[in-house]
Amino acid sequence: MKSAVVVFPGSNRDRDMLHALELVTGEKPATVWHQDTELPDVDLVVLPGGFSYGDYLRCGAIAGRSPVMSEVAKMAERGRLVLGVCNGFQILTETGLLPGALMRNADLKFVCREVKLQTVNTQTPFSGAFENGQVWRCPVAHHDGNYFADADTLAQLEDGGRVVFRYAEGTNPNGSINDIAGIVNAAGNVLGMMPHPENLVEPIQGGTDGRRFFESLIQALETA
Amino acid sequence: MISNDIAITPDLIAAHGLKPDEYERILELIGREPSFTELGIFSAMWNEHCSYKSSKKWLKTLPTKGPRVLQGPGENAGVVDIGDGQTVVFKMESHNHPSYIEPYQGAATGVGGILRDVFTMGARPVAAMNALRFGAPDHARTKHLVSGVVAGVGGYGNSFGVPTVGGEVEFDAAYNGNCLVNAFAAGLADADKIFLSEAKGVGLPVVYLGAKTGRDGVGGATMASAEFDETIEEKRPTVQVGDPFTEKCLLEACLELMASGAVIAIQDMGAAGLTCSAVEMGAKGDLGIDLDLDLVPVREERMTAYEMMLSESQERMLMVLAPEKKTEAEAIFRKWGLDFAVVGKTTDTLRFIVKHQGEVVADLPIKELGDEAPEYDRPWNEPVPEPMLAAADVAEPADYAAALTALVGSANGSSRRWVYEQYDTLVQGNSLATPGGDAGVIRVMDAQGNPTTKGLAFAVDVSPHYCKADPVQGGRQAVAECWRNLSAVGAEPLAATDNLNFGNPEKPEIMGQLVACIRGIGEACVALEMPIVSGNVSLYNETFGEAILPTPAIGGVGLLPDVEKRVGAAFVNDGDVVAVIGGEGTHLGQSAYLRDVVGKVEGAAPPVDLALEKKNGDFVRGLIRSGAVNACHDLSSGGLAVALAEMAISGGKGAAIELTKGDGATHARLFGEDQARYLVTFPAADADALGGKASEAGIRFARLGAVGGDDLTVKDILSISVANLRKAHENWFPRYMDDRDA
Repeated sequence: MKSAVVVFPGSNRDRDMLHALELVTGEKPATVWHQDTELPDVDLVVLPGGFSYGDYLRCGAIAGRSPVMSEVAKMAERGRLVLGVCNGFQILTETGLLPGALMRNADLKFVCREVKLQTVNTQTPFSGAFENGQVWRCPVAHHDGNYFADADTLAQLEDGGRVVFRYAEGTNPNGSINDIAGIVNAAGNVLGMMPHPENLVEPIQGGTDGRRFFESLIQALETA
Repeated sequence: MISNDIAITPDLIAAHGLKPDEYERILELIGREPSFTELGIFSAMWNEHCSYKSSKKWLKTLPTKGPRVLQGPGENAGVVDIGDGQTVVFKMESHNHPSYIEPYQGAATGVGGILRDVFTMGARPVAAMNALRFGAPDHARTKHLVSGVVAGVGGYGNSFGVPTVGGEVEFDAAYNGNCLVNAFAAGLADADKIFLSEAKGVGLPVVYLGAKTGRDGVGGATMASAEFDETIEEKRPTVQVGDPFTEKCLLEACLELMASGAVIAIQDMGAAGLTCSAVEMGAKGDLGIDLDLDLVPVREERMTAYEMMLSESQERMLMVLAPEKKTEAEAIFRKWGLDFAVVGKTTDTLRFIVKHQGEVVADLPIKELGDEAPEYDRPWNEPVPEPMLAAADVAEPADYAAALTALVGSANGSSRRWVYEQYDTLVQGNSLATPGGDAGVIRVMDAQGNPTTKGLAFAVDVSPHYCKADPVQGGRQAVAECWRNLSAVGAEPLAATDNLNFGNPEKPEIMGQLVACIRGIGEACVALEMPIVSGNVSLYNETFGEAILPTPAIGGVGLLPDVEKRVGAAFVNDGDVVAVIGGEGTHLGQSAYLRDVVGKVEGAAPPVDLALEKKNGDFVRGLIRSGAVNACHDLSSGGLAVALAEMAISGGKGAAIELTKGDGATHARLFGEDQARYLVTFPAADADALGGKASEAGIRFARLGAVGGDDLTVKDILSISVANLRKAHENWFPRYMDDRDA
């Protein structure tokens, strides 16, 4: 699987993502600078976590207008896989590639802890390696992860099976509506999620639950 | 606008924190009255914070060398060899006064400053810790400070992208008017790629890097060298404002720049900003520096020379550039959206010459400003240790289970989860042990970003009440506990950084605390082979003449050659034997039990037998590395009972314990804070072999019981469910901060 990770000024989980991708896929991902106007020919583009431009404006608002983002949008249109984790999810909502918004956490504090996620739709390229309804461990680390969408959008997401991951077993850390942790676009090839599967892929990290997430991608590309 | 020809009056001199004899020395040095800007420069360089003038004589007595030490104190951070051509670069520094005035920005810029110290040396920061001390929980200002400081620490470190792996949070009325915020950072660098601040070469460009200069923080270092009084609110403008985004960009730009070969010398602008960085680079390299302030990037109009020289705007650096690399270097900084401006040059005059709008506003001898700041041998009184307090003179609890619950659920004994969950403990993906255990542990990556088998352990410790009761023993204990915490995860303690927080050194009893604590720290560092490689001194921590407790925080770094060979503090397997190494508890003076259950603070601090510490710690580390034990926890505040409870809570398993036959008082055996002790657990089948090994090595070793069940039971003394212990342990902090009844 060929992948690329976009680096914005202020990205800080870019290296984590590069390490996890290489570890699970066995292939070294490319690194793309936010000013670049071309993307390499890859199967997957990742917008990593961090605080792009300090997130002094709305999280992801400035990064969403970087030159590279129009290329990312084109990739998405062409059906390539696009993944946004944490700040990446925020950037995807800012560009309109995904609906809704990530508001400040309900208790107004940054939160870093392990939560439980439930995979509620295994029919996406990001979740095929999970059992339906499978509950898995995953860390979160964010200040603005409180997902919100208006009633119509929410109904579209829920009715269309576009909610892929939900916080499970009462571990919703941020007040997200319907316990939403990760969603896909209507075409199913763009996923945004707040939790960090890239930080739980090796036994030494305390578990490998996040591996299955990346294995889903490999599986999807093999069967595609 | 402040002009440079303001008259120099005694009041103005005093307002700059300079004593009359110090001013006389200035007149002698330059042979004329200083200009206003020059007075500001002297004030910045000669204040306590920058010059260490009260502590230098004593700091020199600390051991700073060792086979692994590549760079000791005097640079931006210490450098220690961790093998394979890699080094760990670390330091701890206080931001106490700014944090009390403006907790969010004070704490944030404290973290920013220490991170900058580390990456100025060429190291990528990989771990952070912090030691925080606040006033009594019911003091009117405490909650505001806790929430602001914790948010500030997190706000900066989380955005910058460094995992916070450990720390301390304590409450005591002695900090009501003066909280402590000590920030630690560590980074990794290859041994042949360390950068220093010593300027080399005449006529080379001096380059300003990073963010623009504003009026924030003007006079901050002088403010931090004075006691507080009712005018404190007026000092808010002396606190700087942090921008972690710019700092993250500055990190990446600096590391790229260093890799390009453009950097001859580099120094971050911390306390006293442009003044301190320029003078240090010149003075260390025996060179003069010429600066032209018209070239300094500014973000405010009509700034005076005085303001520019004393601004503490954050996220700035000064470097001496290899001239042939200028274009390449500038391009790197432009790419990261940062300022890059040649603002001066090195000279062979040994003068520090500052020009502004065509005028020379300062012309001073650089060596005298930097290396030859005043040094004092302040009068001090040898502290008289508090008398021993016999366990028999301390009341026994009516209900041992209630006493233990109270201890694990007290302001100082409870879980710090509320705090550390606001810190990103996982970014970079290498955190192996996060806050809440004895030491934080990270995996070491190589320069290419590939995992190695090595790990680093980090701990920060001090017991201020011990230091007050007996500064020598307290100083020893701070080092010993830090060393023990590193040993308890299986790490070999390598070196330490000290952050010495004390009151007004002009008072002989406070100076005596400083002298005696340093003596104790030095003794322990020698005995435990853990040299001090960097540090910071924060004096004048007093408000209305009330000093804080003597608080010499020790931040230690340990090496794990094989990260797989480490343990945590949580009970692991049902049926594992629980044993104590180092003997039974006897000492209740200055203990958590005495303070939180009996309600008294008295007696001697527990004595620290350094040879015993070494022997027991080396034995425990050996057990861990041989894979013989499943869990280990050091015994500290709250003694055996609290250590058992913490292992049970983190493991979610109980234990059935029976105290060994002995004639000591029960409460002293359970809650005594005797030093050099550890709890370990291991498979029952290995018990005899381990006991034999211990007795062969002359180690006191006693089987206490076995892991298992839902309750922590000490036969005939107490039984309590782990669930209830956990509830007490976890509830205190969130309830306190949420304003609900505790």
